[in-house]
Amino acid sequence: MNLKKLNIENKKIRDFIPQALTVLALISVIFYFATNAQINMGNRGISFGFGFLSQEASFDIAFSLIEFDGSYSYGRAFLVGLLNTILVSIIGIFLATILGVIVGVARLSSNYLIAKTAEWYVEIFRNIPLILQIFFWYFAALRALPPPENAINFYDISFLTIKGWYIPKFVWINFDIFCYSLILAFISIYFLNRFAKKQREEFGKILPTVTLSLGILISIPLLSFLLLGVSLSFNYPELKQLSETSYTYDNGVSIIPELIALALALSMYTATFIAENVRAGVMGVGKGQKEAAASIGLNKGQILRLVVMPQALRIIIPPTTNQYLNLTKNSSLAAAIAYPDMVLVFAKTALMQTGRAIEIISITMLTYLSLSISISIFMNWYNKKMAIKEK
Amino acid sequence: MMKSIKTWILVGFASLLLVACGQGGGGSGSKKSKTLDNTKKAGFVKCGVSQGLPGFSNADASGNWSGIDVDVCRAVAAAVLGDADKVKYTPLSAAERFTALTSGEIDVLARNTTWTLSRDADIGLTFVGVNFYDGQGFMVRKNSGINSVNDFKDGISACTNTGTTTELNMRDFFNSKNIKYEPIAFEKADEVVQAYDAGRCDTYTTDKSGLAAQRTKLSAPDDHKVLPETISKEPLGPVVRQGDSVWEDIVRWSLNTMIEAEEYGVNSSNASSLKESDNPAIKRLVGAEGELGAAFGLDNDWSLRIIEQVGNYGESYKKHIADTGILPNRGPNELWTKGGILYVPPAR
Repeated sequence: MNLKKLNIENKKIRDFIPQALTVLALISVIFYFATNAQINMGNRGISFGFGFLSQEASFDIAFSLIEFDGSYSYGRAFLVGLLNTILVSIIGIFLATILGVIVGVARLSSNYLIAKTAEWYVEIFRNIPLILQIFFWYFAALRALPPPENAINFYDISFLTIKGWYIPKFVWINFDIFCYSLILAFISIYFLNRFAKKQREEFGKILPTVTLSLGILISIPLLSFLLLGVSLSFNYPELKQLSETSYTYDNGVSIIPELIALALALSMYTATFIAENVRAGVMGVGKGQKEAAASIGLNKGQILRLVVMPQALRIIIPPTTNQYLNLTKNSSLAAAIAYPDMVLVFAKTALMQTGRAIEIISITMLTYLSLSISISIFMNWYNKKMAIKEK
Repeated sequence: MMKSIKTWILVGFASLLLVACGQGGGGSGSKKSKTLDNTKKAGFVKCGVSQGLPGFSNADASGNWSGIDVDVCRAVAAAVLGDADKVKYTPLSAAERFTALTSGEIDVLARNTTWTLSRDADIGLTFVGVNFYDGQGFMVRKNSGINSVNDFKDGISACTNTGTTTELNMRDFFNSKNIKYEPIAFEKADEVVQAYDAGRCDTYTTDKSGLAAQRTKLSAPDDHKVLPETISKEPLGPVVRQGDSVWEDIVRWSLNTMIEAEEYGVNSSNASSLKESDNPAIKRLVGAEGELGAAFGLDNDWSLRIIEQVGNYGESYKKHIADTGILPNRGPNELWTKGGILYVPPAR
């Protein structure tokens, strides 16, 4: 045995000991809090366990993507809340991105009016606390909407009222075949684009890929309707009288105003930050790059698409990832306006009914953590894909 | 170099020690009341109340709390500390209330809380009595033509508070009637009122006393009415942490004293003069006979102070619930001797 290797003077061991002790100290602290909580809970007659997740929830939820009523379990209620959180986050991220890009580009416009409008939008919406904006969209905008009997009518197809936005219900026959046809269309488009790229790079031929892609996207699903027996019909919302003065809509699908208000508030707020990221990204591309691109004969659209955007995206993506994460986490403010997200359904209602504070809050925190990490992983992958590949 | 490694080893030992010592904390099951000792040391009773429910616990513009729930806190303070004003109020949402109590942030929860089996048995709480017998009802617009819950139809939307028994009763009710409904559950009562007022929902459901109180916050209170049906039993009462039976008894008998005082006609103005009463029950109540306070480690005037400083239950009800127009009729909250169901064990 080589004693020298175990000597404290050995650099490897010297480096290792402080780290090991830090880990030990960290574990001790966690252990301390865990035992302390356990003992205190024991003293107060509170049990710990996750068995409650399979108990009957016995409360209903207004809006759910999966089937749910009070006879399902708390675990299922958690899932309903989680899906609602994911839904509002996806809608919010989608709208915020579109709005953010438009406003960001508008701020760079040479048109004074457009640039100033965009600037005012950014300054106003990013400087008002989000919870106030949520209340504004819910209570102020809600009060402005008419009751069902005087609904804002979109061609008798869709109705916007204070009780929600009623849209037709899609009634599919052979929906699975339609799905396959869509997948087939997307695969064809992918190969078409690869082929077009090859043509361009090898022979300098430019194919009208956009038109062709659109054609495929429309024609293949259309064929499934004509040949494979897929059919789609609609159940239109119908006005229904509840009492002498109150009405509702039946048969259609209701998008509850809580979802609309929350999605609007989240996307309007987050779009301001994304707009600034976009502006920073575009301005971060040197003028010389554009001039060089123009000098080799690219037109304006090509300059933006082939030269400016790929470089701008490198600057835009990392801070925008942060905004996506913020939006997802901010969606937890939903409880204030009764949108049944994970916090309202699980961390408030279920917690209150079961009293399992520690278990439920831990599950909720872990779930938000996983959601955020998933978004991070996806965006890091996208970022890597967009990064300059050093050759 | 050796020195820094020694430091690290010390840190390691220190953290191990920290673990070893971290076994303390928590209440005690012995005869001595830790909560009582702590309350006396602090000089005030830590009481959890609502975030504003007129008649039960509501703060005025200058931050003074009043209501029948607040009077329970005041009674405990009068009994334990000799001064009904020595209360620290913590406004709590429905979701926060039990955690605040079990974690020791408050020692008495007097926040219109429904006594149920699962709450009493499962989560480290003990209900000590009932200070208001309530039941869940529905509020609707007068012009809707709805006169009874039997007029409800499929598709009705109902606003309520989340995390309450209300939400569960609502489901039981609509299920039993086989009515499809849309439950809109808000965290705070104020938002429920706003949403109902705006027309988001067709009906607002909560405890009837709550409906009566919240109706005053609507833009046109007279356009709304509470339906006659009561769909649930809601016995509301103060709650304490499980495991401190002395403290539990103090809170229970502070409330019982107020009700018993009303039964024997003892009120805040005549209490001290009744020390010479011929009725031994009254004499016990005002501390002129027996050693009842000693059982909790209190002096003998504890109940007299409650009656003098807070008043009996009838006075409290009249001041906060009847005179404010919330529920002028006492209904079940009348003494058993007068046709109600208020009945407390004898203080002897």
